[in-house]
Amino acid sequence: MAAPIEEKDPRIEGIASSIRVVPHIPKGGIMFQDITTLLLDPKVFRDTVDLFIERYRGKDISAVAGIEARGFIFGPPIALAIGAKFIPLRKPRKLPGEVISEEYVLEYGRDCLEMHIGAVQPGEHVLVVDDLIATGGTICAAISLLERAGAEVVECACVVELPGLKGRERLKDTPLYVLVESP
Amino acid sequence: MVEKKEMNNGVELDPRLKAITSSIRVVPNFPKPGIMFNDITTLLLKPKVFRDAIDMFVERYKGMHIDAVAGIEARGFIFGPPIALALDAKFVPLRKPKKLPGEVISEKYVLEYGKDCLEMHVGALEAHERVLIIDDLVATGGTLSAAISLIERAGAEVVECACLLGIPKFNDSCKVNGKPVHFLVDCLM
Repeated sequence: MAAPIEEKDPRIEGIASSIRVVPHIPKGGIMFQDITTLLLDPKVFRDTVDLFIERYRGKDISAVAGIEARGFIFGPPIALAIGAKFIPLRKPRKLPGEVISEEYVLEYGRDCLEMHIGAVQPGEHVLVVDDLIATGGTICAAISLLERAGAEVVECACVVELPGLKGRERLKDTPLYVLVESP
Repeated sequence: MVEKKEMNNGVELDPRLKAITSSIRVVPNFPKPGIMFNDITTLLLKPKVFRDAIDMFVERYKGMHIDAVAGIEARGFIFGPPIALALDAKFVPLRKPKKLPGEVISEKYVLEYGKDCLEMHVGALEAHERVLIIDDLVATGGTLSAAISLIERAGAEVVECACLLGIPKFNDSCKVNGKPVHFLVDCLM
């Protein structure tokens, strides 16, 4: 069970306990934080989205960028509630139009994130959303894409943080907000 | 002032549909030559239009006691959760192989060239739960068919398949695995 980051909001306890930990996925020694069990509880899913909406409503955010694929689950409800557009950031060759690409390093090998050209305008304030931040590699790639398009990433929002993997430090000046920490 | 309403066979068209149709971008020759790809990402860049599309689904399903919304990876993940939240239903992601971390059931299906596979977590659905399946577009119905199989194998009931876009043959009289398919606007050619 993941530990709540702070006891303040009573909804966080329910969110933390709804996340299932699956040992040895994707490989031995790793404890996978499975948010699909959170999605099976409508009240907890509602609370999760509400916590983000309450934080970002009225903050002049014009776009929410969600990272494929679990960022697609949490990003759109937030975007819809705060009146922002939703921008999917995708694995290579999924987006049909002209894209910009950002390569990033994995533990073994590399991966790549893409965004449509024209999705965001210079000067726009953007929120990046994913279910979880580990090393921060994917989220840094997302920030790069948006900054290359001239946008400003005001914050990154995730349900879970694995603080031991130091993703927060990798994000440097970009603030990170999470609901739950898992050691 | 009397507004001239758009009609289709004597039935009034919802005024929100015009904006939905015009916000879809057609990308020729993607993913391969001859295919006119209907790109919904441009709809997502218009908050009001995205909101309207979700509202139209929610209005249709509100009174139908939907227990769960199953969304097909990955574009079904964009439309499914807002609908689930509005219906107070759970959201069940149906995923490509080896993405879901827990125990899964798998359903193979045939593509134009080759095969693919859709998976769902064991325990995501309970027997007799009423389920709405969501994807962005229905063309051959192959993916929807696999999704229906997964849900029925779990003992749950598919109430309807709902998509933003569809090819005209999938109107209310043409079903997939005996299940009705509903979509908001025709695929653009």
